[in-house]
Amino acid sequence: MTNSKALLIDVSKCVGCRECARACAEANNLPQEDATELSATHYTVVQGINDDQSFVRRLCMHCNEPTCVSACLVGAFTKTETGAVLYDESKCIGCRYCMQACPFEVPRYEWSSLSPKVQKCKMCYERVAAGGKTACSEACVFGATTFGDRDEMIKEARKRIDESPTTYINHIYGLTEAGGTSVLYISNIPFEKLGLPMNIPNEPIPQLSWRVLSQIPKYSVAASVVLFGIHWITARRTEVARFEAEQKKLVERN
Amino acid sequence: MNFPRILKLTFWKSVAIVFILLGAIAAIERYSMGLGATTHLVDTFPWGIWIGFDILVGVGLAAGGFAIAATVYLFNIERFKPILRPTVLTAFLGYVLVIAGLMVDLGRPWTIWHAFIMWNPHSVMFEVAWCVILYTAVLALEFSPVVFERFNLQRPLKIIHAITIPLVVLGVLLSTLHQSSLGSLFLIIPGRMHPLWYSSIIPFLFFISCVAAGLAMIIFESFLSSRAFKREIELPLLTELSRVLAVVLALLFTVRIQDLMSRDALQYVFQPTYQSALFLGEIIIGIVVPFSLLLFKKIRSSQKGLFYTSTFVILGFVANRMNTAITSMEHWPQRMYVPSWQELFVTLALGTVGFIAFYLIAKNFPVFVSHHEDAPAHPAEHEWIKDLELVSKLN
Repeated sequence: MTNSKALLIDVSKCVGCRECARACAEANNLPQEDATELSATHYTVVQGINDDQSFVRRLCMHCNEPTCVSACLVGAFTKTETGAVLYDESKCIGCRYCMQACPFEVPRYEWSSLSPKVQKCKMCYERVAAGGKTACSEACVFGATTFGDRDEMIKEARKRIDESPTTYINHIYGLTEAGGTSVLYISNIPFEKLGLPMNIPNEPIPQLSWRVLSQIPKYSVAASVVLFGIHWITARRTEVARFEAEQKKLVERN
Repeated sequence: MNFPRILKLTFWKSVAIVFILLGAIAAIERYSMGLGATTHLVDTFPWGIWIGFDILVGVGLAAGGFAIAATVYLFNIERFKPILRPTVLTAFLGYVLVIAGLMVDLGRPWTIWHAFIMWNPHSVMFEVAWCVILYTAVLALEFSPVVFERFNLQRPLKIIHAITIPLVVLGVLLSTLHQSSLGSLFLIIPGRMHPLWYSSIIPFLFFISCVAAGLAMIIFESFLSSRAFKREIELPLLTELSRVLAVVLALLFTVRIQDLMSRDALQYVFQPTYQSALFLGEIIIGIVVPFSLLLFKKIRSSQKGLFYTSTFVILGFVANRMNTAITSMEHWPQRMYVPSWQELFVTLALGTVGFIAFYLIAKNFPVFVSHHEDAPAHPAEHEWIKDLELVSKLN
């Protein structure tokens, strides 16, 4: 996707001011309250690492091939042209498979609602589609969250790592994880310490189930042939037995 | 109707009433207060026993239906006909209860019709939903002759008889698909499941174990029905089935161990964690013990032996599904899940309703028949059976 935007999160520049979280809450009409875990009312949170020596933002990764998009049985999730992964609550039946499936454990639920919705970051879709930037990237004055075309953000991440190889870990998290995401992290402390999941495969996750599902039509056809065949063969046997028995009966009568 | 007898409270009747009452209260609370207030489900643990038990176990235990239908109609092993109807009834009730359980667990149950018109064929959940919908319809049709016979509706009976074979083939296909798909649901979360349960062959494992559970349920249900309806149990048939069960258990064990070995996951079995304890419990109670018991002819040919063996298999099956859905997800000690009383009693109430429904239907409909049910369609059937006996005596 050439128009696809991305967020670059630079852990080395984050001071934990939480302006990104506040701007997000304001832009999305969510309550202004500090939190360290994502929730139905917190699309992004800033978590302190090592007694607040470092900080890391968590939010939806807006994967290029999202697990939630493939998992939702009614297709309530879509990957848009801006890169944002959006949720259509009018389709949702509340099975919560998206919550089970997301490898980053992002989608959160309105557990206290009688008509609950799934909630997560929308990458400020309307603003971005109109040519603007996300609220969080505009609010960050330290350059910890920047926004732009995904290709540009990757180049920028690469540039920062190459210019300060002793500062940064030589890895762009989100470049290949889950087949690539639209939220990228570079960091001066090991990624394991940030609490980001480290066991994400480097290919798109939906493949894991599509590999199986895509084989179903042809195996079903073959299986039907076998099953009908078994019936035909075994029924023929009893039919032949019955025919021979009736023949015997006729012979005996004569 | 003998009023004093019905009103007499036996122990099981009291238990049933308590379960149903509390389950009803729990359901009312769920709908009036929301999931958050009535379940222990949280963002990091979105699925609990309503999925882990009601759906995964409920669907699995209903697997006997397609197994016996295939045996009778596709493999033409007609001597199993006497247990066909009660097994299909068990399966049908099982699926109805699964749907009822879904209506409580879904965040927006009134939108369940969305599944009919909003499709995402890339979703395993989509495949599960559609197979369950279609298979419940197949089960209803497979059971309909019982109803048609009761009300002597000949025309519908003839129609059903004409489409029985395609219906059974469809039933076997749909069953195989969704029994394994319930396992496939978990394929997409390798990072979040404990390696003792996550496997790329989890659909295959789910299928084999559901066949075992289905066979065990047939034995279990036959035993309970013979007690409840004071009828003779078809012991020779069940003894035959128990040998199949033994083979399936052996296959299940072999495939699971091989899978663990190929993923280097055998080491987790011997770690001192509560996951490994629950895993061992599942394997020992559900596979090793019943398989060992079934090796003895005495056990295979005794009612009690078969009943206890099948109970072990069922318990092991329940443990496996719950372990897959809950234990494997728990990241001890960061997050734990224990069901709320509402979750527990909705589950217990649904099971109770299932037992009662089976009992009432079996009491008032020709579910347990002493002769084969298709007398009108195959008038010569009894004759040619006798002729076969004559033929075999002559030879």
